[in-house]
Amino acid sequence: MPEYKTVFGSLTNYEKGGVEIINDQAQNYVFSNFFEVASHSKPWEKVAVAKNMEYVIEAIRADGVSPWRIASHDEFALVMDGSVTIDLLDPDSVTVGSDTTGSIAVNGEPSGTKMGQIVAGRGHMALLPANRCYRMSAATASVVLLQTIVGPDTVQRWAEICQTH
Amino acid sequence: MTTSQEKQLMGTEPNDHGYRSYSLGEFTFTRDEHFAHIEWPTGRHVMAVEPFLKALMRDIAWNFFYGTVNFDSVIGTVNHYGDVDLFAGRFNEDYRRAEIDHLENFPHDEIKATFEAMLGDWVNASFDPFAAPQETGSAYGDKDGDNVAAVTRTRVTATRMVGLPEDEPLRSDESGFPVNRMFADVDQSEPEVTFEAGYEKEVSAFSLFKYLSRSDVTWNPSVVTVCKDSLYCPTTEEFILPIIHGNDRVEWFIQLSDEIIWEVADRETGRPRANVVMKAGDCAAMPADIRHQGYSPKRSMLLVWENNSAALPQMIARGETPNVPVVF
Ligand SMILES: [Fe+2]
Repeated sequence: MPEYKTVFGSLTNYEKGGVEIINDQAQNYVFSNFFEVASHSKPWEKVAVAKNMEYVIEAIRADGVSPWRIASHDEFALVMDGSVTIDLLDPDSVTVGSDTTGSIAVNGEPSGTKMGQIVAGRGHMALLPANRCYRMSAATASVVLLQTIVGPDTVQRWAEICQTH
Repeated sequence: MTTSQEKQLMGTEPNDHGYRSYSLGEFTFTRDEHFAHIEWPTGRHVMAVEPFLKALMRDIAWNFFYGTVNFDSVIGTVNHYGDVDLFAGRFNEDYRRAEIDHLENFPHDEIKATFEAMLGDWVNASFDPFAAPQETGSAYGDKDGDNVAAVTRTRVTATRMVGLPEDEPLRSDESGFPVNRMFADVDQSEPEVTFEAGYEKEVSAFSLFKYLSRSDVTWNPSVVTVCKDSLYCPTTEEFILPIIHGNDRVEWFIQLSDEIIWEVADRETGRPRANVVMKAGDCAAMPADIRHQGYSPKRSMLLVWENNSAALPQMIARGETPNVPVVF
């Protein structure tokens, strides 16, 4: 029996593929690598690496403690490197408009009822439920892929992160 | 359904190899030991029966999926979400030029029922069209039993997130999903989840990598998380995608592990446009005017990301959707 090695990337060790053009333009494939993107990001920066109409996947460099955030719809956090702790809070007074997309930052420490905590390692997927506050923290630089909708803090710098030729 | 339609669904009497023949409009489908033969008034086509059945399996299980499902460079279907085109040579510029291409439109339920009857009859007991080559017996030979359990699998479609109460279940040894031989080294630990009373339905997490390491099928995107119309459809891939997908909208690939090489060609003509090599961490869009087929040397984890908006089919029909997701 051969022993198979499953290759996952990390912030410090990833290999990138690419687009080999025959009769096309590389930009059409919006090709990037989220480990590379996160390795150049500031902590908690929400950099879009995939976008389909209003929907987006953000690569987040999780490092230290994030501000509290809230969204009017479910979001999903997939840890791709390191370990991330997620605290969830049922807020007393913080709300977000139902037509707001993506998450918005909450000022300071919101008051509310503690809902629980998730400690997620590589490959773990966590629900960030609609209309709840969440805060992430990571002791060492980690990577989160966030399934969400374009919001006020989504960073789009496609020309910097994508293969252009 | 009328009696003639029911009769058509049952197919003909079995031929010398034990297989029934089927018809849809002016198309006929016949199989022998090695091949599927497809005929229409202006032409004919032959496919090795193994790739034919693997393509047919996906087309059925995905309900004709998004846009065009090419079985190869000649045969395939186009989903209009309610009715479906069956075509020969429609997306092959030489067949078009020679005017031997053919296309007929069928109500969704009619083509689905005929395809299901054909798949049920043509798949033998030892063959699993969803399995990797080394994990299934042969598709070839005379009629030898059937494999109803394998060909009636449906794709998992979570409504919020797999593993939540009342949603699609996680996978385990106990539920009949052992770790795949190529993912024996994948960490099986689950996230640590602690919740206060009353919040157990909202404080939830699961190991996606464990879940995928236990997938018993290849090239079968299944919905695991839902953010409005944004669907995460991860899948495990090994060998060749059995169809050439010509999506009618942009779709995205996020490579979670290992490597896949995509061959990309023009959706209308089939002329080559690019090869896209994807390694762990790579993200790439598949434009809406191409067709793509993937090759995965080792079983890999691929996150297929789809936009399932109900508004898209009308927008696509009116030509209002962009071919690329972002312009920069
Ligand atoms: Fe596809």
